[in-house]
Amino acid sequence: MAGSTLVFEAPRRGRSAARASPVRRLLRSPSGTVGVALLAIIFAAGFGGAFVTPYDPAAQNLSITVHPPSLTATANGVHLLGTDQLGRDILSRLLVGLRISLLMALTVVPLSMMLGVTGGMVSGYRGGWFDVALMRLVDAQLSIPTLLLAVAVVAVLGTGLFQIMAVLVIAGWPGYARVVRAEVLALRQREFVAAAHALGAADTRILGRHVLPNLAPTMLVLGTLHLPVVIIFEAALSFLGLGIQPPTPSLGQMIASAQSLLWQAWWMPVIPGVAITLVVLAFNLLGDRMRDVLDPRLRGLGRV
Amino acid sequence: MSRYLIHRLALSSVAMLGVITIVFILLHVSGDPASLLVTQNATVEDMERIRQAYGLDRPLSVQYARFIGRVVRGDLGYSYRQGLPVTELIFDRIGATFKLALASLAVAIVLGVALGMAAAVRRGSVVDTMAMTAALLGTSMPSFWFGLLLIIVFGVKLGWLPVSGYGGLENLVMPALVLGGFYAAQVSRLTRTSLLEVLAQDYIRTGQAKGLRPRTVLFRHALRNAALPVLTVLGLSFGQMLGGAIVVESIFAWPGMGRLAVQAVLGRDFPIVQGVTIVGAAVFLAVNLTVDLIYGWVDPRLRSAAPGT
Repeated sequence: MAGSTLVFEAPRRGRSAARASPVRRLLRSPSGTVGVALLAIIFAAGFGGAFVTPYDPAAQNLSITVHPPSLTATANGVHLLGTDQLGRDILSRLLVGLRISLLMALTVVPLSMMLGVTGGMVSGYRGGWFDVALMRLVDAQLSIPTLLLAVAVVAVLGTGLFQIMAVLVIAGWPGYARVVRAEVLALRQREFVAAAHALGAADTRILGRHVLPNLAPTMLVLGTLHLPVVIIFEAALSFLGLGIQPPTPSLGQMIASAQSLLWQAWWMPVIPGVAITLVVLAFNLLGDRMRDVLDPRLRGLGRV
Repeated sequence: MSRYLIHRLALSSVAMLGVITIVFILLHVSGDPASLLVTQNATVEDMERIRQAYGLDRPLSVQYARFIGRVVRGDLGYSYRQGLPVTELIFDRIGATFKLALASLAVAIVLGVALGMAAAVRRGSVVDTMAMTAALLGTSMPSFWFGLLLIIVFGVKLGWLPVSGYGGLENLVMPALVLGGFYAAQVSRLTRTSLLEVLAQDYIRTGQAKGLRPRTVLFRHALRNAALPVLTVLGLSFGQMLGGAIVVESIFAWPGMGRLAVQAVLGRDFPIVQGVTIVGAAVFLAVNLTVDLIYGWVDPRLRSAAPGT
């Protein structure tokens, strides 16, 4: 696809290439298909699985602690993925942890996006002191290594579901703001904005009805690639003991509690880790493919 | 070049001021900053003493100015648990973190560039597919989990490497692989994209047409031009490694700044958290300023360039 800038690609004929819907093009590549399929399974497991497993994820059973994964039944029933040091069923805990991870990502990403997009739009469209102040804040925030910032905010706000959510939103919004501002600076110069302005449209209407829809593809890509980042950060914070607190199960915390049992129980850290990796992998596959389809310019940008 | 540098230096200073402001806001956002600066079982008198010692009874603007003044002079306050200046505690630990970050950077460069080059040169081959699959897995695995896997395999099962601790080279291998591995994955993907773009340029074809050895074309002409975006990401990665070090140091009991920060949060020792945040950001900004300098060396065109956007 790269090459001399003087070579123009001839417009392709037929419906198949350029006019196929983005969803079709998304699914045409193996990475897109695998990503979507994996996500379907993950969402089904996270939101439906908890109703199927017979165990209470918090129920302890000290007679069958640290039981390896097996198909054969113990006195209490089958523990497909084994039990932990308190005899809790790992599969049940995994499914609940997965659901919490997904819910966390699906809450944090839209909130960060709303904050970042609003800030970035006003900043790029209005300019002036607000723009200067906001961009300097973004610069400052992006100068603090993300996890370090998250840890510092946790130190102030404390741990807990809502606090962790706030921490991740605070860490997440500047990425959106910066990209949106740059896009709006370019869009502001376009004729349709001038036309809307000439017709007497208010700034809020121009931003909402004319600028925002043009940002949608980029935001969709950034958002999809932000989801796995949130999941990893939440897991990392929980692993460090600074995130979701017991008794609420979370994948990071499950791995942390397995740390002292590495010698006897390989399955305790391995299973939740595989789950996190698969979720992140699925979102990455989908996000990469979406970027190629919707907004190839973002390719060099890396992660949010 | 000097104008460009001065411009960058000014931007970095403003960002640093912003960081100090953010930390100041964090301290006050909880309502009563004094409660963050003392242990949980502090008495009312303790709190009062803190308020006076830190000037917390003064107007906010005075406090802000004083806070900036103290940070600029290198005074980051006292740790409550250890009763020592935070600056001292951080400088005891910063060496270990740098050692880890440098080793991880080496892993990221060597592994990342090698994989990316192999994938780009043999585009579409098995090598390409395997390298990119490895890279995708590398970016998707949480570092703390990858670290535990390495510990299980090389520490517990095979017994080749010590599972934790600080000291010789054998202690450094696993932490550096874990921290560097994630960035190696990103670097390899970027190197591949960047190199593929360069390899499609006319001057590469010219080089090949005039009979240069493929190796010369690749290393002298292609790689150097593909290096700029990779360099940017390496700079950003090195800065972010201080964040990643928080996790890696905790797994391997590595006595660095990251572990200090986590222990400080768990022990409610806010002055340390505050200090590590400020020092971490300062290092991040310094590294990126250095990367700007290296740009001029890699790409002579930038030396005469006017201040960028």
